[in-house]
This record gives sequence, C-alpha cells and structure tokens, in this order.
Amino acid sequence: MTASVFFGCTFIAFGPAIALFLFTIARDPLRVIFLIAGAFFWLCSLLLSSLVWFITVQISNKESSSQQKGLLIFGVVLSVLLQETCRFGYYKLLKKANEGLLMLSAEETMPISIRQLAYVSGLGFGFMSGAFSMVNILADSVGPGTIGIHGDSQHYFLSSAFMTMAIILLHMFWGVVFFDSCEKQHWWSLAVVVISHLLVSCLTFQNPQYVGSLVPTYIIVFLVGLWAFFCSGGSLRNLKLCLTCKDKDFLLANHRPR
Amino acid sequence: MTGRGPGTIIGFPHKRTSIFFLSCVSASISGDTGVIHVLESEADLEWPLSKGPNPPYMVLLESSLFTKSIMMKMKNASSRVAGVVVVPKTSPPEFSPHTTCPNENTGVYTETYDHNLAHCNTTVWNPRGNGLSYEEFDFPVFSLKEDNETEVIKQCYFDHNRVVNGSGLQYPLCAMQLFSHMHAVTDTATCMRRSSMDFSTSPVMVCDPLGGYNVCAFIRPYNSTAFGHKENESVVIAAARLDSKAFFLEDSTGAEGSVSGFVTLLAAAQALCEATQEAPRTRNILFAFFHGEVFDYIGSSRMVYDMKNNMFVIDLDNVHSILEIGQVAVRSGTNLFLHSDPVSRRNNTVHDEVTNLVKNLQSSTAGLNFSFVETDFSQPLPPSSFQRFLRARAIPGIVLADHQTDFNNRYYESFYDNAAHLNLTYPSNLSPEEQLEFVTDTAKSLTEVATAVARTLFKQAGGNNSQVNKINADPKTVTQMLYGFLVRSNNSWFQVLGSSLRCVFCLSEPNPPQYYVGVAKSSHQANALTYLVQYLLANLTGTATNLTQSQCKKPDELPNESTYLYSYLWVQGMVPPNSTQRESFCVRTAVRLVKAVSPAFDLGDYVSKEYSTWTKSQWKFIKARIFLVASRDLEMLTLGVGVAVLFTSLLVTYFVSTKADVLFSSVREPNNAAY
Repeated sequence: MTASVFFGCTFIAFGPAIALFLFTIARDPLRVIFLIAGAFFWLCSLLLSSLVWFITVQISNKESSSQQKGLLIFGVVLSVLLQETCRFGYYKLLKKANEGLLMLSAEETMPISIRQLAYVSGLGFGFMSGAFSMVNILADSVGPGTIGIHGDSQHYFLSSAFMTMAIILLHMFWGVVFFDSCEKQHWWSLAVVVISHLLVSCLTFQNPQYVGSLVPTYIIVFLVGLWAFFCSGGSLRNLKLCLTCKDKDFLLANHRPR
Repeated sequence: MTGRGPGTIIGFPHKRTSIFFLSCVSASISGDTGVIHVLESEADLEWPLSKGPNPPYMVLLESSLFTKSIMMKMKNASSRVAGVVVVPKTSPPEFSPHTTCPNENTGVYTETYDHNLAHCNTTVWNPRGNGLSYEEFDFPVFSLKEDNETEVIKQCYFDHNRVVNGSGLQYPLCAMQLFSHMHAVTDTATCMRRSSMDFSTSPVMVCDPLGGYNVCAFIRPYNSTAFGHKENESVVIAAARLDSKAFFLEDSTGAEGSVSGFVTLLAAAQALCEATQEAPRTRNILFAFFHGEVFDYIGSSRMVYDMKNNMFVIDLDNVHSILEIGQVAVRSGTNLFLHSDPVSRRNNTVHDEVTNLVKNLQSSTAGLNFSFVETDFSQPLPPSSFQRFLRARAIPGIVLADHQTDFNNRYYESFYDNAAHLNLTYPSNLSPEEQLEFVTDTAKSLTEVATAVARTLFKQAGGNNSQVNKINADPKTVTQMLYGFLVRSNNSWFQVLGSSLRCVFCLSEPNPPQYYVGVAKSSHQANALTYLVQYLLANLTGTATNLTQSQCKKPDELPNESTYLYSYLWVQGMVPPNSTQRESFCVRTAVRLVKAVSPAFDLGDYVSKEYSTWTKSQWKFIKARIFLVASRDLEMLTLGVGVAVLFTSLLVTYFVSTKADVLFSSVREPNNAAY
C-alpha cells in the first residue's frame, strides 16, 4: 500500500517481540546466543517440512483442487508436528549443554536457568516463524496498491500482521510450557501444547474470514499466556502486589540471599 | 498491455521560446499513479480537475475527446492529473497536432530572404494545427489500443470508481500506474553535453540524434566513390518525402502527408525506367526520397550539406532543376497545383527555367483526367525539401500539391491520416490477396499523376517528344504499393520483392511500417520503411541478373559488373507453383542508401539555427499496470495501530522485566535462584 502500511504492519507484527528482545535479551550475550540457536532449530523444522511438501506437490496431480487442498492441510499438520519435534530436540540439546556448561564454569550455579532457556528458545522460534510469515507480505505492502482487484478483502495486510503477532507470542508461551512439562514429565500438558498449536494453525484455514480466525486465536493466546505465567512462577497474589505497588515492601520482607 | 508512450523529443532553440519539447517530459522515475477516471464528455472534466475528492487522477479518454482544449485544461491542473491514456477510436472531423506553420525556421523563408513571406505571413499552411505535439506536459500521455485489456480497465472503473448521484466514493478505488521515465532533460545541447561528458568505456547516452537514410537512385549512375562536381553533367532531381509523425510517434501513418508523394514518385520511376532503356538523354535524373523531413528537413539539409562540401557524387552546380511531389491524394477538384518560389523567380534565368518546367508539366497531362494549374505568383512554397536547396542556391523548381493555398489534409501529421482518409476502400468479400490486386479509385488518380510526372521528367531530361505518350505508370503497381504501405505490409508482393537477409524487414506483423524517422543508429541499420522503399525502387528500376548468391555479394570479380556504379541486392523472389523454395535472384540497381543525419551533429553545433537538432530521449521501459488503492485513512490507521502496539508492548515489557523478581517468585527453588 505505501510506507505507512509497511511500518504499521511491521510494528504490529514484531512490536512485542522487539520489546521483549530489547529489554530482556539484548543485554545478556548468552541469551542472545540461545535465541539464535532456537531460531535455527525452527528453521531446520521448516526445511524438513518444506522438503516433504515439495516432493509431495511434484508427484501430486496439479489440476485437482481438492487434492491440492488436502495436500495443504497435510502440509500444515506435518509442519506443526515437525516444529514441536524440533522444540523437543532443542530441549534435549539444552539439557546436555547445561551439564557441560556447569562443568566448565567456575561458579557453582548455572549461568542460565532452564526456565530462562525455555523463554528464550520460545522467543527464538517465534522470531523466525514471524519472519517467514511476514517478510514477503511486508515487501509487497510497500507498493502503491492494495489487495482487492480480484475481489479479495483489503484487510489482508492488517490481519496477517495481527496473526503474526499472535504466533510469536504463542511460540514464546509454548516454549515455556513445553520445557516446564518436560522437566516435570507432565506428558499430557505436552500433548495440550501440540494440540493447541495444531488448532491455531488449522484456524487459519478459515481465512479470508479474518474475524473467524483471529478472535479464537487471540483467545488461545490469552489462555496459553496465563498458563505460561503460572508455570513460570507467577501467581495472582504476585500480580496484585505488583499492580498496587506494594512489591518493595514484599521484597524487603522476604529478602533472601541470592 | 499493448500500450505505447511517446518518447520525449527535444529540439533546438526556437526564436520565440528558448527551448521546446515534444510530448511528455517529466514523468516520475517510480511511475505516476492516479485514480482512474473515464472521461465521458468535456463537461465531465470538472471531476478530475476540481470536484473529485481523490486526486491525482489518471484520465482515460477516447480519441474524440483528445483535443487541444481538454489537454490544455489538464496541463494547467497538472497537480491533479497523474497521466492521460488515449484510446483511439473514431476519427474526429479534423485534428492536426502539428504547428500551423511547419518547419518555419529551417525553410527558405526567413526574415532575410523575404520579410513578407516569413513565418507564414501570406499563407498559413496548416490552419487546423493546434501545436499539441509541441506542448510540454508534466505527466505521461499513453495511447492504448482498443482491446481486451482496455476493457478490463474500463470495467475496473465502472466497478469501483463510478460516482452514483453525487454520493461519496467507496474505497478501495481502481488506480493505474504509468512508467515512462525519460532520461533526457531541458534541451538537446544540455543532454548531448551530458552524454559526452561520460568518459567511461561504455558511456551512457541519455539522448540520441534523430536520423535515418535517404534513398537515392540515378537513372544513369555515377562512380559512387568520385565525389564533387561532375563536368558537363546536368541533373534533374525528383524528390519526395518518406517520413511523417503523429502525437504518439509509433502510430504515425502519414497516408496523405508522405505516402501519397513517394508512392507516386516510385510509380513514375518505374514508368520512366521502362521507357528509357533505349534513348540516352541530355540530362540525368536523380530520384531522391528524403527521410526525416518532418523534423526540420534532416534528409534534405544533409544532402545539400554533402553537395556543398563535396561529399556527394554531384554538387549544387550540377543540379539543373527540382520537381518535388508533395501531398497529392486528396483533391478538391480535378486540378493539381504547381507551387513555385516567387523570390528566386525575380531572376530572369530562373524564371525562364521554371516557366519551361511548368509548360512541360502542363503538356504532360494531355489525355489524362486532370490538369496542372499554377498557383498565385506571390504565394511562397509550401513546406518541402526543395526549400533547403533554395536556401543554398536559387535553383528552378516546382512542388506538386493537391492544395492551392492551405492544406487539404485535415489530419496533417496525426494518427488519423490513414488509409480511411484516402478513401482506400475495398469490397468486403475480398481476401487479403485479392485486396492487394484490386485497383482502387485513389490508385487510379495517383497513377495518372505518376504518368504526368514521368512524362515531365522525360521531357526535362531532353527526351524525344514523340516517345512521350508511350510512358504510362502502372495502376496495378500503384494499388499494390498503397495496399502494402497503408493496409498490410505482410503481403505476397512485398515478400517477393523483399530481402530475406534483413531481419528488420521480416515483416512478421501485418501492420503498416512505422513512418517516424527514428533514431540514427550507429550500426548501418535502417528502419523497415527505408528498406521497403529501397527494395521496391531497386526492383522497379533495376534489372534482374543471373548471378548466384555468392556472386551477388562479390560481383566485382565478374567482368561486366561494377560495385562503383551499381549495388547488387539479393531479392527473395516468388514461390513457383510446384515447389516450396523461393526462386531468389540478384538485382543490379543504381539505388543507394545515403546517410541522413543532421549536419549539426557532425559540426557539434547543438544550438544551430541553420540545421535540425532534434534528439530523442532514451528510456528504460514503458509499462502500465492497474490495481486498487486504499484510502489514506486506512493507511494512517494501520500506522497508528502499529505505533500504539509498539509503545504498549515496550511499556508492558519494561514493567514486567523490572518486576520480574516479584512476578515470578512463587516457586522457590532453594538452590538456583538466579534469574
């Protein structure tokens, strides 16, 4: 559409991710490294799923639209499963790496906890996934025109940006919940993560009814976010304390040596 | 999209204005976008110019609305007009985008030659001219053929942009973007200087001089390497113009403006050559077809310059008289008019020669259905190549035309000057090959003119009067030429007479060739029109020989052939009935192509007032596309939401990260409490 749409959509899609990166990750080089490694693992899953997709499309019948639609659904499901598998693989790798790091470092405590790793890796997945979803659309949005000459809705850019923001946040929350479940061996919550990921991806088949796909997605974002908040040590009491600015008293009262 | 945009052409300093431009100049490098508006009438112009709420507009109009008043109104409101797209349809009653006094500064009638005759003071030759071709527009002007894609554009307009009862328009609106960035700016001197200052190994030229090749043929050829004055040789020049132009340069057709003249001369050349195989004459005849005449006499000024500087096989002293064929196809009665120059006729010798030429012309029409009438003595010459010769020397000469005072041509130098203008109508049930052979009335009248011209030239060259009535032009040749040049070039006759080697001459398209002179290429390639005329003239006036193809390329090895005198062309030939291979043959002809580029570029004088300095801007690509545009409000809303989301997330993240100790503290891990 123009530069204003380009910047608007970029900020919508990547705003939270940029904010999170700036305030929580940028200062610590170790976190940056694990973020990038997480992004790389997501990229590996994409490579594998696109390889399978490419081969199946070549051998399929290009004329039949129902076959192509079926192939699309199959591709989405496969991609989700591969992403979660790669997340699991990354978890295993990080566990091994943590032990190694502990042996090498002079301090007694681990430089980075599993919880922080969960958050960072989830955000890494989110960044890469958001980039691949959004960059082509952003490049096209710079031109003077908008969608619609063939009858499609002109809210395509906006809804893609919101969807991308949701996906990035979701990846971050899923990372936290996933690692936590793996730590505590709660396999059922692992299954819930995978199922919710599948659910969100399949909701996008509702497009171009953007309301139908965006509203449930944001509900899921909220729910998974809450779940991640509780998994990572939050509670309603803490939230109330923070919001009513009584946290300083709390800290002083419960001061523990670090 | 099959659209064409005009190339910017920039010219030489004009007396009244310091620079002048042709068609569009400042199109933006990233394309010009505007909301499409299909103009339905002149009153409808209010919408894009003042009332419409979504400027700038891209105005789509049909050719009947492509008038000077509408274009000037849009030019004055350039901030609201992003571009104009013209869809040619029916011809208006008259339209000429050229000036009222064509080539007024490079002809012979200057202030010093005769004050009263300069600047068309006595006769305005093209009174319908509105000068539209010479206006500068700040937006691109495109022409689109009427076909499916134009329908798509109109449909998009009707679906999205149509105003219903003055109610507001719903976004998104249909818009169009035109790309036609021209590299050159200001004027010829500036752009040539900029091109010459680039000292890299492959310099980037931003503009190119216009030019091409003149087609010349002597009846009795001279040694082509011996330039300068020829002792005891007297030559009669028979001249015609090849090129023409239109507002959209590639659409130029020039039926009455140029085709009528040179087709007549070609037919006259054929008639004369058939008759003069036997008798030698006292004077030689040169058939000269000048190219680039519309752009201030590029071809003829070049020939005069070459003659003055001993760079041509004859010089001005050898020229005895000149007979030029102007526009001859649109007669208003049965007469054709003989124009002469009153100033040079004040000299008695010149006057006597001209009177003699007039007498020859008038006696040549015996037995034909028209007659030649001299024009008023005080009237100057119409714009013609003969004027350039007069600028150098007072040579006797006559210009033939169908108009007594101003032009009969209502579409001078416009894209309506086509076959329909000449009433070239064929019965509807004929196939293309049958149409090729059908002799139209226009062809018959031009044949008679060609016969008269041929007889006159024969008498001028000192031929025997008793032989004169045997000279007759062939109406079949004339009608085939008119068909090929104005209706369909890809016909069997042109293919037979054409060359198989020149791919520019392959004539894969059925349309007539382009009459615009084009850019002078550094390689020795002429444009399709030049090659067509060359090969036609060669076949009509030359002789077929028995040489093989390799001998045709190197005929000097043979005893009787000489490339000094003749040129040898390999002609495709016919397909005999029982085979598929063409029977090609070698034609020996005196036809030569002579370079026609304005002397100003050789002299490096880019501000010359003496010679043409027309150049054409270079451009990268010309294209157009349509799409929908969203409202400004939606765009700003998107940006606003984006900025709001960014700020909110920055705030929230800052808050959460500073309070992280408190927020995430309920699960106490006794050993590792590092966060």
